[in-house]
Amino acid sequence: MKSGVAILTVVAFASVPLWLRDPYLMNALITTGIFIIGAMSLNLLLGFTGQLSLGHIAFFGIGAYVSALTSLGFDVGLPFGLRIVHVPWPPIVGFVLAIVIAGLCGYLVGLLSFRVRGAYFVIVTISFAEVVRLVALNWVELTQGPLALTNIPSITIGLPGLGDLTLRTKLQNYYLVLSVAVVTYLLISRLVHSHFGRAMRGLMENETLAVSVGIDVTKTLTLAAVISAGIAGAAGSLYAHYIRIIDPEVFAFINTVTMVIMVITGGKGSLAGPVVGGMIFGLLPVFLRPIMAPEAQWIAYGGVLIVILFVLPRGIVPSLAQRFAKPRSRAETVAPVAFAERDAKEHA
Amino acid sequence: MSEFLQHLINMLVLGGTYALLGIGLTLIFGIMNVVNFTHGVLYTFGAYIMFIVVQQLGINFFLALPLAVVAGWLLGAAIELTLLRPLRGSDIDTTMLVMIGAWIAMQSGALWIWGGVAKSVATPFPEAPLVLGPVSVSWLRLFVLAAAAMLIVVTYLLINRTKLGCAMRATFQDQDTASLMGVNVDLIYTSTFAIGSSLAAAAGALLGPVYVIFPQMGDLAAVKAFAIVILGGLGNITGAVIGGFILALAEELGAGYVSSGYRDAMGFLIIIAVLIFKPTGLFARSERVG
Repeated sequence: MKSGVAILTVVAFASVPLWLRDPYLMNALITTGIFIIGAMSLNLLLGFTGQLSLGHIAFFGIGAYVSALTSLGFDVGLPFGLRIVHVPWPPIVGFVLAIVIAGLCGYLVGLLSFRVRGAYFVIVTISFAEVVRLVALNWVELTQGPLALTNIPSITIGLPGLGDLTLRTKLQNYYLVLSVAVVTYLLISRLVHSHFGRAMRGLMENETLAVSVGIDVTKTLTLAAVISAGIAGAAGSLYAHYIRIIDPEVFAFINTVTMVIMVITGGKGSLAGPVVGGMIFGLLPVFLRPIMAPEAQWIAYGGVLIVILFVLPRGIVPSLAQRFAKPRSRAETVAPVAFAERDAKEHA
Repeated sequence: MSEFLQHLINMLVLGGTYALLGIGLTLIFGIMNVVNFTHGVLYTFGAYIMFIVVQQLGINFFLALPLAVVAGWLLGAAIELTLLRPLRGSDIDTTMLVMIGAWIAMQSGALWIWGGVAKSVATPFPEAPLVLGPVSVSWLRLFVLAAAAMLIVVTYLLINRTKLGCAMRATFQDQDTASLMGVNVDLIYTSTFAIGSSLAAAAGALLGPVYVIFPQMGDLAAVKAFAIVILGGLGNITGAVIGGFILALAEELGAGYVSSGYRDAMGFLIIIAVLIFKPTGLFARSERVG
């Protein structure tokens, strides 16, 4: 029944361009889709390992910059008289490199912060995002600084027998983002239900017990961070090639917060949570724009985040699933964070 | 050499306010186990109180500082009573996310009320700096250093010499035992958050007139405060004071001898270095978080 809902949802999303002609709404849907991919990657960490990355936009932004620079080419001087000259490569190579390099950054951040638990990962990820933003702002020779990287080429896909297809229109980009989102969803779903996924949830719910049954905590957490960062990098690459201009503002903290709100509202630790939360918070600005000033919208966002945490602390999807589903399918939704156990641990 | 001395003077001025920020955050973390993301907003709030009192109401500059401290105290107490007290006993992630929500709402509120244009505050100090041999320092900055030092001493006495401070330290060590000994833990929590918030507001009120005042000014201050707290060890007050001065020194030297564009990156580099070499902080008791 669950996969039926999933297939229906994908079909519904795929049919949207058939009846929606408004370019503004299409644009909102595409950027929302890109942010949902980012939110899904954040959920992998926050929902399944309990580690909150508050610098997630760094991986997204690194993906965007890597992809853009790969496809634009660059020529930078390094210390000791070295120079790196890079001729443009196809954007699809940039997409792959974005995943690899963002994943590598995830590895470094994980390596650094998983030596200690608790608030450290949060603070290290924030700091990392801020350092990356400062580098993007100050390394003008590479990134153009605040002048932004412009004229980023659109993604070109080689179709067998049909030649190259350059994805320029909103319609094409919509389907590109939808496909990547579906692949991401399936990937995370497979991962969560694998041995690795059980290890992640096990150590989230009771780390001491997880260690005692032989789960390598640091390795599991770091791997989760790598995968999560890689997916965020893919989302960033899509963003760069769709918007076709990026500047250091992409690293703005508020973008991370948007993803966090999407995950928390939809339900952390639920596969569909980021999609539901993402649709709500991705499209809310479209409807709020005519009636509210942007500042008032952000006040409302902050308020909604607080209210959700008070009223539906587990998020929309898990709460609904618990209310409507039969007892059997309750087990299918991934178990919520065992608050009591973690509390006991923290005070111990 | 004179350049280096100048950096040292600037370090003292910055370090004092950083220490205030760090003490506030480390108190709240140590006693309440709350990662307080509203700390930066309280800093901004203090600066805006300064702007309102001095520029809009035309009240004396020296009176504005205590007013900012009191306003920070009240806002901190209000946040604790409305948002944190109902969540007592929930996990650290939930309170952290609620604090993030409060931060976004309050910062956007500041943007809504005062607009994004940076404001400055007129000070009663003479324009000409005080020249001491090879170095010079403005009177305003000297005042900032003196006021910050005074507030640090007051906080230190409050925590180490008063009954409230004794109860706070007891709660820090063991909440349940403190409660059994007759400590009103709810009251301690509210007081702690209010004290921490008033220190952040004081830091903003002191640094606001030195720089300019705008709604996002607290973001960087908050992250720097986190750096200081990690440097000094979570929950360690003396560590926070020393951490504040170390961060200020790193920023001054980084801006002076590396690149001024990376001044604000120093805090993060410190965080990274501390986590690599001494993850419990430089002055920590041997305790891990979580």
